[in-house]
Amino acid sequence: MGVPRSPANRVAPSRPRSPRPGWFSWVDVVVAAGLLVLLYVVIRLGKDITLSFTPTQVSGIDTDPVRLPYYAGRSLLRMFAALAVSLVFTLVWAYAAAHSRRLERVLIPALDILQSVPVLAFLTVAVTAFVALFPGSVLGLELASVFAIFTSQAWNMTFAFYHSLITTPRELDELSRGMGFSRWMRFWKVELPSGAIGLVWNAMMSFGGGWFFLVASELISVSNREYTLPGVGSYAGAAIVAGNLGHVGWAILTMAILVIGVNFLFWRPLTAWAERFKVEQSEAAQVQRSLVLDFLRRANWPRLLGRALAPLREAAGRAGRAFGVDDRPLLVDVRRRRAGDVLFTVVTLALIGWGLVSLVGYLADQPAGLSVFAEPLLLGLATLARVVVLVAVATLVWVPIGVKIGFSPRLTRIAQPVVQILASFPANFLFPLATWLFLRTGLSLNIGGILLMALGAQWYILFNAIAGAMAIPTDLREAMDDLGVHGWRRWKRLIIPGVFPSYVTGAITASGGAWNASIVAEVVTFGGTTLTATGLGAYIAHATATGDHPRLLAGVAVMSMYVVLINRLFWRRLYRLAEHRYSL
Amino acid sequence: MALLTVTGLTKSYAGADGDLPVLAGIDLDINEGEIVALLGKSGSGKSTLLRCLAGLIPPSSGTITYRGRPLTGANPGTAMVFQTFALLPWLTVQQNVEIGLEARGLPARERREAALKAIDLIGLDGFESAYPKELSGGMRQRVGFARALVVEPDVLLMDEPFSALDVLTAENLRGELLELWESGEFPTKAIVLVTHNIEEAVLLADRVVVLASRPYGTIRATYDIPLPRPRDRDSADFTKLIDVIYQTMTGRGHDTPLPPPGVRAPAKRTPANTPLPAASVDGFSGLAEILQRHGGRLDVAELTDELSLEVDDLLPLIDALELLGFAAVEGTEVRLTPQGCAFSEADVQTSKEIFAPAAIEIPLVRFIATSLANSVDGRLRAGFFRDVLAHHYTSEQVAEQLDVATDWGRYAELYSYDTLHEEYSLEAPPD
Repeated sequence: MGVPRSPANRVAPSRPRSPRPGWFSWVDVVVAAGLLVLLYVVIRLGKDITLSFTPTQVSGIDTDPVRLPYYAGRSLLRMFAALAVSLVFTLVWAYAAAHSRRLERVLIPALDILQSVPVLAFLTVAVTAFVALFPGSVLGLELASVFAIFTSQAWNMTFAFYHSLITTPRELDELSRGMGFSRWMRFWKVELPSGAIGLVWNAMMSFGGGWFFLVASELISVSNREYTLPGVGSYAGAAIVAGNLGHVGWAILTMAILVIGVNFLFWRPLTAWAERFKVEQSEAAQVQRSLVLDFLRRANWPRLLGRALAPLREAAGRAGRAFGVDDRPLLVDVRRRRAGDVLFTVVTLALIGWGLVSLVGYLADQPAGLSVFAEPLLLGLATLARVVVLVAVATLVWVPIGVKIGFSPRLTRIAQPVVQILASFPANFLFPLATWLFLRTGLSLNIGGILLMALGAQWYILFNAIAGAMAIPTDLREAMDDLGVHGWRRWKRLIIPGVFPSYVTGAITASGGAWNASIVAEVVTFGGTTLTATGLGAYIAHATATGDHPRLLAGVAVMSMYVVLINRLFWRRLYRLAEHRYSL
Repeated sequence: MALLTVTGLTKSYAGADGDLPVLAGIDLDINEGEIVALLGKSGSGKSTLLRCLAGLIPPSSGTITYRGRPLTGANPGTAMVFQTFALLPWLTVQQNVEIGLEARGLPARERREAALKAIDLIGLDGFESAYPKELSGGMRQRVGFARALVVEPDVLLMDEPFSALDVLTAENLRGELLELWESGEFPTKAIVLVTHNIEEAVLLADRVVVLASRPYGTIRATYDIPLPRPRDRDSADFTKLIDVIYQTMTGRGHDTPLPPPGVRAPAKRTPANTPLPAASVDGFSGLAEILQRHGGRLDVAELTDELSLEVDDLLPLIDALELLGFAAVEGTEVRLTPQGCAFSEADVQTSKEIFAPAAIEIPLVRFIATSLANSVDGRLRAGFFRDVLAHHYTSEQVAEQLDVATDWGRYAELYSYDTLHEEYSLEAPPD
């Protein structure tokens, strides 16, 4: 195909309007006031975090709707704290993996396993550990909650950034080394900007998924103790215990406002801003827009701030030279390198071996011994069946609808943001309502659990089906019309192959989400009644609640194993097929 | 003393039987005050040689010195101009130009002054606060020049700097570069230019170093260009030089050197010594038809003019026709053989019938076809052929060889290939 290499002599397109030359405008006043308010709110909310608690305060959630904004603020603070931690983790882990041949061989497989471990398993472990670290303070619980949300965000972001690091364009690498950049400069001028778009988008998706774990972590029972953190999730929990559906409604409304608000005020502007890091040298046809960003760009603050911070940046750049120059020695001492490799391998294997030995020793000392793995292995089949049914049914229902939407630009414009918000809305928020429905209709949770898991997971399939249908070129559809290919034949020849790559991505995410959700979906409570389904999720939830560590360990290990195996044996093959055969 | 000295350089990449050389036996000096062009077809290792000079990739053996000191890392005395510009899209023109000075830790004020001077010199004033994506290709490459010149390197390295630009822009930029070089304001002491464009090399350089590509990159010949600047392309001396260099470059001149000691001349054609040129069936069929239309013979220079193609793009097509026995090359003239005439005149089915017996004579195509015929069920994994070829080619070359062999074999209906399972088979593809 003859794509011209460079658009010759194109007229410069207009950039977003630069700030007007005046000193201050009303925009600046608004922006300054907004920042001040934000600072105040963070301080107010943060003040309570380090308060020590007494047992009565633990479940002291006031279900007066007036308190909701405060609770919402506390929840939001947790989300952003987790995002900050995830970002730091991402930068460090991905950088280490991409720049050290040896660490890469450990860090990347580790990440692959970590992302298969159900997030809620991290939560149960984290609560025990952090509460023990900070006895008598809410700080331990706060940290555990932040940690749980972090584990739902970090792996995706790290993979995305690692991938962008190892695919740094060759000429930019040569530029950096040829010009003698310091490593610090290479990171800030080349690597972080190249990875920024992937990082922002992955962070946004992960953040959406994080609400689910926020809600789960605000209200959790570990080792026969109920822990409660003030937040929207725990507010809803208290309202459910009180059986007050009106208050539950207020909580749902608040949650919806939070999800949409953060999207509008934070993620949209951020993704629109990140457009500047596109590596393509030509203007994109479709650009992310954000009203908020346009507003901020009209303010003089960013420019003034940039100028004020310039000396600081200079100083940081000079200090960063301490990290050394980005250069690769032309002469490598092969013997020394090999010796280093051997040493590294031996140490790593020894550490892992030592861990395994002590783990087996621990389990063997327990009453159940190593046979503790038998039960979760069987129960895993039940949960697996639920996941399979969920993905199959969601596919049959949502793919046709998604294709319909994707083929119509008008419907897409309306549906896409809605689906995006539905996907980030924490489904466990709606569990009580569903449970109430199950109690009324007498539906077994063994079946109902599928519905609960689907509440969150199905949207990924719909979302990706829409994206896949949009990606099918119009001329292909016109060619099919022209040739009179309709009905099933059209699905078989055009639509299914066309949406397949995108669908596979959605189905992988949906199935992962369903496994995660099973831990909270297979045991549900409403107004004093507890429903339990047979499954690995319920097994883990039960082990957590009673503080049965061997079972918890076995359950989590088995679930991770299921997820890894299914990914390797099934999804990865489909993914390969999609990449090789059906990429448009 | 020479600025850069290359002695006995070889560069090889790992293959199945040990290392496969892409460059060997390179001796080269870059002296103060000269423009040196490294000229060669793709695969001659000219870009690799340039990166060795820059200290970006280590040579397998041999040494490179800068002002007498051997390189241990990135060369402190060079700066590079890239074919694809390599501008950071998130920085403005001025920030891009400043970046080399920033790397040296210069304070902001000095950076600014030096950058503005370079921007001025290269004709970019007014664009200081623009972002690269707002600029045309020519303007972008000016930023590339300014960025390299502002650090005042002893040697400016240019990797096909004009080949991503359209003809007029490239011409204009070349002219301005020469004017600047002649004016004495040029901040570097020497220029090394990598190119596949003979005319460009003769137009710009004081010395043209022609690299051969088979069996690996070596210096085939060096030409001093004594013509005064500005050079007249229509002058007899200019065109004569181009003709001579063309014949050397394509290995069809009289001065083809003997293979280096230790490498025996091949007795018969094998997949190892007869690589397939990167040419599609459509490509060389089209070329055959054009030759046919011109009475079956045409000079290469006329061909490049007629098709407005670079020599580099045309050569694989000519090589393919020659390899298939459809064309013969004498000096700079390409002539269709009777078979080639028949091939270009035939309809699709007949042309396939003519093509198939010619293709089966190509060593790699024959090797695949006979291996399949001798296999148990008429199927073989691509991995098998990759392993065999890996003894003679780098992994990138192996992929290219198999791609071409697949394309030709499919068209000749000798075998089919299943991309998903990476498998060759004799039978027709399933429905």
